Amino acid sequence: MFDFILSKYNYWIYVILMMIGFYAMIGKRNLIKKVIGMNIFQTAIILFFVSTAAKRGGTLPIIEHGHGHGAHAIQATAYINPLPHVLMLTAIVVMVSTLGVALAVLIAIYRRHNTLEEDEILRQQQK
Amino acid sequence: MISQSPVLVVVIPLIFSFLNLLFGWWKKGFCYPITLVALSLSFLASLHTLNTVITSGTIHYYLGGWNPPWGIEYVVDHLNAFVLVIVSFIALLVAIYSKKSVEKELPEKIVYLYCLFLLQVTGFLGIVVTGDMFNLYVFLEIASLAGYALIATGEDGAPFASFNYVIFGTIGACFYLLGVGYLYIVTGSLNIADLSQILPDLYNSKVVLVAFAFFLVGVSIKMALFPLHVWLPDAYTYAPSAVSALLAPLMTKVGAYVMIRIMFTVFKPYFSIELIPVTSILGWMAAGAILFGAILALAQTDLKRMLAYILVSEVGYITLGIGLANRNGLTGAILHILNDAFMMLALFLVVGAIMYRSGNREIPQLRYLHRKMPFTMAVFVIAALSVIGIPPTCGFFSKWYLILGAIDAGKWVFVAVLLVSSLLNVILFFRCIESAYLEPVAEHASGGSELVIAREESPLTMLIPILIAGAGIMSFGVLSGKIISTIIQFAIPIGF
Repeated sequence: MFDFILSKYNYWIYVILMMIGFYAMIGKRNLIKKVIGMNIFQTAIILFFVSTAAKRGGTLPIIEHGHGHGAHAIQATAYINPLPHVLMLTAIVVMVSTLGVALAVLIAIYRRHNTLEEDEILRQQQK
Repeated sequence: MISQSPVLVVVIPLIFSFLNLLFGWWKKGFCYPITLVALSLSFLASLHTLNTVITSGTIHYYLGGWNPPWGIEYVVDHLNAFVLVIVSFIALLVAIYSKKSVEKELPEKIVYLYCLFLLQVTGFLGIVVTGDMFNLYVFLEIASLAGYALIATGEDGAPFASFNYVIFGTIGACFYLLGVGYLYIVTGSLNIADLSQILPDLYNSKVVLVAFAFFLVGVSIKMALFPLHVWLPDAYTYAPSAVSALLAPLMTKVGAYVMIRIMFTVFKPYFSIELIPVTSILGWMAAGAILFGAILALAQTDLKRMLAYILVSEVGYITLGIGLANRNGLTGAILHILNDAFMMLALFLVVGAIMYRSGNREIPQLRYLHRKMPFTMAVFVIAALSVIGIPPTCGFFSKWYLILGAIDAGKWVFVAVLLVSSLLNVILFFRCIESAYLEPVAEHASGGSELVIAREESPLTMLIPILIAGAGIMSFGVLSGKIISTIIQFAIPIGF
């Protein structure tokens, strides 16, 4: 049992982080805390993708002196997988813009309601 | 140039969206014509794409000449091309309509609004046209991010509604991304065609099952399927009229398209129907959506909020067609993507026009509108009849196929749900039609003579899209046989 957790510790960390973020998004009543939860949630996914690419003993996926020396075969197992990293670069851009939009929306909420507590805003809306 | 049409459909609105920003700084008046030009070109390109697909079959377009599975591929078959034309045409109609309502509601934000408007359309078109799972995620987020910003520009409750949408939408998108990640771990591919070849050997793997669950929940949030619909009514009620007219018909339909793609193209029908009983679960969720959407709509007095709840119930119809998982059910679902897009477009456009003229959209305040805005209200009645499902409007035909599908599947409960929901829609819409068309008895008895009410028809730029939408509802009904025989029967996924 302990081995099972330890050998896949990267996935366990990702799941725990994701659940922390998910709880904050759903459970917290303060809007800023929700945004922080959203960020933790997204970062956990980055961790998941990047850790799937890692290999023990793997090196950077750059072929030394590759240009013009294409004759010898390349051992794919010796290199870590670059594709999840590239995907995560795009995903980071998406996440930064989500954060930006969320913060801008929060500013608009604060200007109208003068608070960032969800209960307070709901009370104002019911009037 | 012409052979590039699948990519032009997406690239033109993207480039013009930034041109909007450039020219908008110089002079605000340029934004509207630039947007119209962009969307017209995009619509022509999508028509050409559809025509090519009908005459010569599926198009494969390799971006930058990189072959799949390494490069990103755009695949356009009958289903894509059909949704593509719907999206680009509705975007064009809403753009024509938007001039007056944007000038009135958001005079100082015209430039940014049109910039985001085009980005939003880019996102929708990209989701539909792409053949790559990760590319689909990126376009999904482009569409969602533009949507959050557009909704937040609306009236008083809008920023808070938009924030709730941000939270829900992000959960949906992240679940989708996790699904992509899980599939990538076991297959090493992101290309949809490639995945559908590799996956059948792995159908019993737990990772694939988890990936499928993530996809389904993520897409259900994005398309507002019943228990996950909570963000939708607030967001679409408070958004500016032009924005809700763009988002309401398209976001949910594009979500439905993604769901059909994932369930029946990425995964084979055998997986979604027989291996795990997803379709029957979806069917029950859809039945819940249809009934609860209509019942919650009954409780509303705000016309726009009522329409938002009707939209929740309409999403249920499409999902029910997917959940029935037979030929008639899927025909109904795909036909309903077209029909419902036009019905919702017409209804939201009309509400926007009423808002523009009277600044009020409470149902009891609609009085005398048939004399103030006769053409606008006529289209409202046509769209209402279509939502109820009365021939020859198009809503009848998609409901007919859904009922046939439910009978084929032997699910008599769903037949009953469809009929009951039609009755509920009768109550919903006749409440509005009554308060708009029938004059109160008291005023008749006292005066006897006609009250003088000035004609206040909506402005021409608003009226033309409204009339086109109304004409569309009628003609798609009459032409539905033709649409099915030329496009939809080929659009149904292989295996049915």
